[in-house]
Order: sequence, then structure tokens, then C-alpha cells
Amino acid sequence: MKLCRPTLIFFALVVALSLACERRSGTAEQSTTGDILVGMYGSLTGDGASFGQSSVEGAQLAVEEINNAGGVLGRKIRMLVEDDQSRPEEASSAVTKLITQDKVVAVLGEVASRRTLAAAPVAQKYQIPLITPASTNERVTQVGDYIFRVCFIDPFQGEVLAKFAYNDLKARKVAVLKDIQQDYSVGLTDSIQKTFTGLGGRVLDPVSYSSGDADFRAILTQVRAQKPDAIFATGYYPEAAIIVRQARELGMTMPILGGDGWVGDALKNGREALKNTFISNHYSGENPDPVVQNFVKAYRAKFKREPDSIAALGYDAAKVLADAITRAKGTEGPKLRDAIAAADVAGVTGRLKMNADRNVVKPAVIEEIQFVNGDVKYAYKTTINPN
Amino acid sequence: MDTFLQQFINGLSLGAIYALIALGYTMVYGVLRLINFAHGDVYMLGAFAGYYLANAMNMDANPSIPGTIAVTLGAMAICAGIGILIERLAYRPVRHHSRLTSLITAIGVSLLLEYGGQVVFGATPRFFPQMIRSETYTLGGVQTTNQSLLIIVVAFVLMFGLEFIVHRTKMGKAMRAVSFNLPVARLMGINTDLVIAFTFALGSALAAVAGVLVALSIPRIDPLMGLMTGLKAFVAAVLGGIGNIPGAMLGGMLIGLMETWISATAYSTYRDAMAFAVLILILLFRPAGILGTSVTEKV
Repeated sequence: MKLCRPTLIFFALVVALSLACERRSGTAEQSTTGDILVGMYGSLTGDGASFGQSSVEGAQLAVEEINNAGGVLGRKIRMLVEDDQSRPEEASSAVTKLITQDKVVAVLGEVASRRTLAAAPVAQKYQIPLITPASTNERVTQVGDYIFRVCFIDPFQGEVLAKFAYNDLKARKVAVLKDIQQDYSVGLTDSIQKTFTGLGGRVLDPVSYSSGDADFRAILTQVRAQKPDAIFATGYYPEAAIIVRQARELGMTMPILGGDGWVGDALKNGREALKNTFISNHYSGENPDPVVQNFVKAYRAKFKREPDSIAALGYDAAKVLADAITRAKGTEGPKLRDAIAAADVAGVTGRLKMNADRNVVKPAVIEEIQFVNGDVKYAYKTTINPN
Repeated sequence: MDTFLQQFINGLSLGAIYALIALGYTMVYGVLRLINFAHGDVYMLGAFAGYYLANAMNMDANPSIPGTIAVTLGAMAICAGIGILIERLAYRPVRHHSRLTSLITAIGVSLLLEYGGQVVFGATPRFFPQMIRSETYTLGGVQTTNQSLLIIVVAFVLMFGLEFIVHRTKMGKAMRAVSFNLPVARLMGINTDLVIAFTFALGSALAAVAGVLVALSIPRIDPLMGLMTGLKAFVAAVLGGIGNIPGAMLGGMLIGLMETWISATAYSTYRDAMAFAVLILILLFRPAGILGTSVTEKV
């Protein structure tokens, strides 16, 4: 009877688990009492780990503040977090799980546009509102009328970057490095090309790489031979850190510019090479506005580190959702959808007012990256308003 | 011209990386006729061992050359141990079965290390501490760094060292004897288990050197880093003639140069495909590789 005990334990576990599942699906059916369940999915691990962690922390801070102030509709908000490991296919199954098993009333998340584009059709299908904190690709909210965002879009971001390079850095000939695996990078590249050529500058043929690449010396050498005045690296921070380093090693000292995708913990590995690099961003932590400063103070106290713009957007996304639940006086998908569409909230990253395309129109800031005491500092340069 | 020379240097520094890994591939194959697909993952483990050792010694804040050597030796020792363990637990039990069994076991070990690595280290890429501060040298419009030069130099030193061990030492003679005929080598009083364990220890230690050096120059490490790099090193070994030590060096350099050359054209994103196209072509037209000699097997 040696096998008996493990077998018994196994069956006991199966029974216990199935009972546990039974109980959960029994009570979680979009009830009108108890906690309001909100789902959040993000890249807590993998290539985009900094994105996932910052956005989730920002949202957690907002939920904590809302609950401490009495919650919404007299109920507390409970946020369920799923990790998509920085993989698009996992993003869509995470959202499916949050909606069909956990029965959340709304979903917050993803930062990388590619993963939001993978997950948004699920939310649209089940008519559960999804608010992405930071996916800037234009197509994200075109998935359907349940998909919203609290950040600006890449056509605007590209314009901001191109104008800054042309007007402030006086660049006339620029090169662009794009990550062909990321919708974000491809979209941003298009927009930079369009604006910069429109201003009268010249954009060299974009050079492509793929997420995860680590040796950019060959493509950088090719770029160097064409002597651009500035370089745009439109991908995300893990590659940006290495691109900057290898460019400097090849003796390329010109300014290197990036979008909000550079905002990530690992960017600091660019080290001293980050000198003379600039990014467009959603907000500046140096902004004296009390809304911003209160957020920065609360975030520092809770997480013992400086908030980045992704954290600020996670916070704003959660605030927009809570405000909408209050105004909708309920959590049913269509009612909540209408309430989010009518949102007008003073957020950390600016005024969060949805337009007809479910995007918010906000100014962008340009920041200069500095490498101080082993960490990255985002130094405010200028604000550029949408026309 | 500057650009051409620069790309040549870029290609050599990339090629030296493949060569370093291909050396271990080719040596294990030379002795055991086993394609050790887990080799690329031992390379990954070497990089992670170096990462933890360097952080334990706080190398990022105090870069030093003796410290770097200590970290490399530590990573080599750890990987040699892992190599012996893998051989003992995974390959020895199936050694007397058909060669296909060993090959499939090797793939299994590779997957185990990759996904086990994701569980233990996490999937988030880490950045390797700068144990040696990067310095750029300029020579006639061509830039290179001390780290790239280090990789090239170490690759050549290890190649000659390996040649020396295999052809000039007693253990090397035993390795060649085992390679020639394992049962007969045993009849001649050679402790074949020991020789094979040594071969794996040596190959894995080589992979560890590669892991640490590459991570110094290209600082991003993650549990899947050995997958593509390992496969390309395998292609390099086949290209040079698998089992042939100078061939691994040559194959690595050629793959590095080709990849750089492809990256420099408008087809930069096809460079991974190129390595495998080379593999197919070489298997079709010269299966023994450039420096290999084809042996006709009597059936």
C-alpha cells in the first residue's frame, strides 16, 4: 500500500481545489455587494518588467487612496493583478481569465501597445471596459468602443519629438532605429518621419532591429557612415540602453532621442553614454502642481523609490475608472463604458478628458536624461502642447 | 572604407563570441560524437554565475582586473561542476543507447536549463555589472572597445590552449583514444568515465568564459540568451567542421562576419535566418565543414 498515501493526498487536493473554484465562481458573479473587482494585467516579468511593475504600483496607490477615502458607491475596490510575462499571447489569456473567471467589472492595463492590441479584442468581445495607462499606438483604441487610454497617442508624440529635434537641436538630417516587432515603435517611427520631412528635414531610411537584440554595432556603423545630426531610437528601454552605449563606443556623440518607451528601470544601464539623450514623456516629476507633488510624495512613501511616468499613468487610469464607477452608479459594462467616455478628471499627467476616439489630448514634456550616482534622472526641458 | 573596416571589426568581435561557444561544442562532439545542445544553456548559466559572483563582490562599483579574473574562474568552476553533473545524470545513463537517444536527451537538458532558469532567475533580463570599464580605442576612423578586443584575444588563447590539451597532454591523448574507440580505450586501461567527465567539465568551463566575457561586452543577460546564440555557435562549429578546433574558430568568425554584413544591408532583420541558410547549404554541399575531413563509414 505504498502508493496509497500520495494518491489519497492527490485526490484530496483535487476535491479541495474544485470546491474552492466552485465557491469562487458562486460569489464573484458581478455582485452588487462586497468588493468591486477590478482586473489589471501587465508585464511584471520579462523584457517589459519595469513597465508592468510601475503601472501596477501606480494603480495600487490610487486604489489604496480611494479605499481609504471610503471607496466608491460605499464599496471597496479590490484589484486582481495578472502577469503576462511580456508576451502578447499571455496578455490576451490574462484578460480572458480576469473577465470570465474572476468576473472583474473593468480591466486596467498594458503599457506596450503590442500587448494591449492583443488583449483589447477580448475586453471588447465581453463588453468590459479596458483602460490602458500608457499604450500610445493609434490603433489601440480603434479596437472598439470599450477600449480607452489615459495617455497621448504616437502621432502626437512623434510630432513632438520631430519638432524638438528640428527646432531645438537644429538637426536637419536624422536616422531612425525601429523595433519591427513592436507596433509602438513602428507607429512612432512613421509619425517622426512624417513630421520631420514636413518641417523640411531629411530622414534617412529607417534601420530595423527586433526586441531582444543585443548587438547593434553593425546597424549603428551603417548609420554612422551617413553622418546624421541626431538619431531616434523608437523602441523600448532594454534595447535603448544598449543602443546608446554601443553608439557612443563607436564614437557617435550626436543627440539620441526616444519616446516614452525609454522610461524603464534598465535604462540606467546606458550609464555615462546617456549623456545628450532626450525623450518625450507624459509628465515631469519636477512639476510644482500640488496634484503631481502629492502623488510623488505618496508614491515615494509607499514604494521607497521615485515614480516614473508609467506609474503616474497607472495611477491616473485607476482614478478615471473609480470616478466613472461613481458617476455610473453601477458596474454594468455599457453603463460604465458611457461614464468613462464622459470622464473629465484632473490627473497627475494632466487633464484626463476623453475625446470621441476614446483618447485623451494632453501636452507632452521633453526631458533630458542624466546619469547621476548610478541612476537615471529625467531633467525637465520643455512642454509641448497639442494644437 | 572606414565603414567597411569598422564592420569588419564588428564582425570579428561578434564572431569571436560564436567561436568561444563553438569551441566547447566542437570539443564535446569530437570526443563523444554527441551534439550537446545544452552547451548554449551552460553558456547562459556561466553568465548568470558571473552575474551573481560579480554582484556579491560589488564589482560594479569597484571594477578591477583581478576581480574580473576571479569572477571568471568562479563561473568556470561552477559550470564545470554543472557540466559533470549533466553528464553524470543525463548523458551517462543513455550512453550505450543509440546516438539519437543522446541527442534527444541533450535537447531535453537544454529545455530544462532554459525554463528552469526562468523559474530560478526570472524571465526579466538582467544587466551585467561593468567589471571592466569600457574604453574606446580609435585607430584611423575605426573604433573598438577593450571588451571586444578581450573577447577576440581570449578566443584565440583558448583555441590554442585547447589544441594543446587535446594534442600534447596525456589527458588529451586519452580523449582522442576515447573518441577513436571507446570500448577499446577502456580495454587499454583508460578510465573512460573520467575522461568523458573531464571533457564535459572542460567544455562547460569554456562556455562559462564565453558567458562572462560576452556579458561584459553585451551586458543584457536572460535565461533564454543561450538559445539563439548557442544555435548559431552550433552552425559555426558545423561550418568550420564539427570536431575540429581551429574549424570552430574559423566558423565562428565567418558567421560573425556574415551576420554583420547582413545587418548592414536593408535586410538587417534576416540575419538570424542567414545562419540557418548557411547550415542548410553547408550540409548539402560540404557536410564535413570547411576544415573537416569526411570519413567514409563502412556499412
